[in-house]
Amino acid sequence: MRGEFPALHQSVYEDTPLVYLDNAATTQKPQVVLDRMARYYAHENSNVHRGVHKLSQDATDAFEEARQSVADLINAPSSDQVIFTRGCTESLNLVAQTFARPQLGPDDTVVVTHMEHHSNIVPWQMACEATGATLKVWPIHDDGTLDMEAGRQLLAEETFLLAMGHVSNALGTIHPVASIIDTAHAHGVPVVIDGAQSMAHLPVDVQALDADFYAFSGHKMFGPTGIGVLYGKYDLLDGLPPYHGGGDMIDEVSFDGTTYADLPHRLEAGTPHIAGVIGLGAAARFVRELDHEAVHAHEEDVLQYAHEQLAAIDGLRLVGTAPEKTSVCSFVFDDIHPYDAGTILDRLGLAVRTGHHCTQPLMERLDLPGTIRASFALYNTRQDVDRLVEGLDRVQTMFG
Amino acid sequence: MADASSTIDERARAIVDDFSLFDDWIGRYEYLIEIGKKLPPMDDALKTDATRIHGCQSKVWIHTARDRDRMTMQGDSDAMITKGLAGLLIRVLDDQPPEAVREADLSFIDDIGMREHLSSTRNNGLHSMIEQIRTRAARLAESAEPASDSAVSSSNA
Repeated sequence: MRGEFPALHQSVYEDTPLVYLDNAATTQKPQVVLDRMARYYAHENSNVHRGVHKLSQDATDAFEEARQSVADLINAPSSDQVIFTRGCTESLNLVAQTFARPQLGPDDTVVVTHMEHHSNIVPWQMACEATGATLKVWPIHDDGTLDMEAGRQLLAEETFLLAMGHVSNALGTIHPVASIIDTAHAHGVPVVIDGAQSMAHLPVDVQALDADFYAFSGHKMFGPTGIGVLYGKYDLLDGLPPYHGGGDMIDEVSFDGTTYADLPHRLEAGTPHIAGVIGLGAAARFVRELDHEAVHAHEEDVLQYAHEQLAAIDGLRLVGTAPEKTSVCSFVFDDIHPYDAGTILDRLGLAVRTGHHCTQPLMERLDLPGTIRASFALYNTRQDVDRLVEGLDRVQTMFG
Repeated sequence: MADASSTIDERARAIVDDFSLFDDWIGRYEYLIEIGKKLPPMDDALKTDATRIHGCQSKVWIHTARDRDRMTMQGDSDAMITKGLAGLLIRVLDDQPPEAVREADLSFIDDIGMREHLSSTRNNGLHSMIEQIRTRAARLAESAEPASDSAVSSSNA
C-alpha cells in the first residue's frame, strides 16, 4: 500500500526519512490519482458541458463519470445529488447561505457541537448574525464525547438545524451520527454533517445515515486539493436558490431575467475544477476498491498501538479518549509547549500538527493552548509510531 | 547582557561564531534554548496586548522602549524555541540606536542554521517579531520624544 503513495518515500532535512502523521490535515495521493489528473491535462484538457468537439466530449464524460464514482462511494441515490465545490468549507457555506439563511429568523436556533472545526461554526455564525437567529452549542464531556442528554434537550427545543462533524478532527471521536440524525428527525430538525474527517476512514452511506446534507473534501480522502462535495437530499437541493451566478448554472439568460439549470449544474457556476473533479473520481474509486475490513483492522491496530505507546510516556497526556475513535492521537506534555515539541519532531522527519487545529472553542473548553496531533492513514504503520515515540523521547531530553 | 558599545553586526558575528561550534542541528537547537533560558525575566506587567506579537502558535511578547538615543527591549514566550528566537533578536538589537535597528541586517539567522524559522508561514512569530521591532524602531527613530510601545509610557513602567 505504501508503494502507491510517492510522497511518502522521501527524506527531509537532507537525510531524514519522512514519517507523515498529518493525515487529518491532508492525506497523501496515490499514483492512480496523480496519473489520472496528468492524463486529463495531457490528453483531455478542454472545457466541459459546452464543446461539441471530441476533447470536450471526453472531458465531459470523465467529469460526469467522476460524479458517478463519488455518488457510488457514498451511496447517493443519484449523481445529481453530488454537487462539486471547492472543498468541505465551501459546501458548508453553501448550505448556510442558501438553505439556512433565507429561512432563519430571530426566533430560530442553529445547533453545533462544542468540538466543531471552525468551518462548521463560522458559516452558521454568519447566517445567524445576518438573520438574528441564535447559535447554540451542544456541550461535550472531557473525554471528547458528546453530552447526549444535553443534545437531546437541544433537539427537542425549537431547533431549525443541527450541524455537526461525523468525526472530530482534533480528537478523532466518531460521533453516533446515525442515531443522532434519527433523534433530530423525530423533532423535525434537518442535519448537516461535516464529513471531512470520515471519508478516509469510514464507509459512508448517506442513505443509511439519512443525512440531509453531507459535506466533504477531496484532499482528505486521497484526492486533490481545491475540490469538495456537497451531497443533499434531492428535494432539499432542488429547493435551494443558486449560490453563485455565472456560466454553466443557467438555462436561459436575458436582461429581462434568467432561468436556471437543473441540479447539479444550478449549484456549480463557472468552469469547474475539472482536473480536481476527475482526480477526486479516481480517489473515490481507489477508496471504494479498498478491502475495508482489512484497512479498518490495520488502522485500529496502529491507533491502539499508538495509544498504548504514548500513554506509557511520563508527563504525556492523551487528549480525546472516546471509546469510538478514528486515527487521531492528540496529546500534550505537562511542561513542554506543543510548538516546541512539533519543531523538534519536524527536524526528526516527523510531520505532525501542533496548535488549536481550527477548533479554538474546543481548546478553550479543554483549557489547552493547543495539542500535538499525530493523525494516521491506511499507509501508516507501527514503525511510524515507533519513530514518533523515539522523537518524543528526544523532545523530552531537550526540554526536560 | 550585550555589550552596548558593540555594533549589531559585531554581535551577530559573535552569535554566528558561537553557533559554529555545533556540527549538528541538535546542538544548535539546544544552544538556542539556552539563549532563551538566559533572557532576563520580563515583568508580567509588560505582557500586554500592545507588546504581544501576533501570528504565532505560542505567546510572545516584545517590549521596546527608548533610553536616551538607544532602543531597549525585553521579551518572553511560553514556548522555549520561540523564546530562544526572541533571545537572539534581543542579543543583537537591544540597546542599539533605533535607526540601526530599523536597518539591521539579520541574515545571521540564516547563517546559524535557523533559516526555516524565517518563513512567514512558520507561525513561530520570528517573522512577526522582526517586523514589529522594525516598525517600532522606525517610530522611535522618527520621534524625538521619549517613547515606547503604545501601552507603556517609559522603559521604567
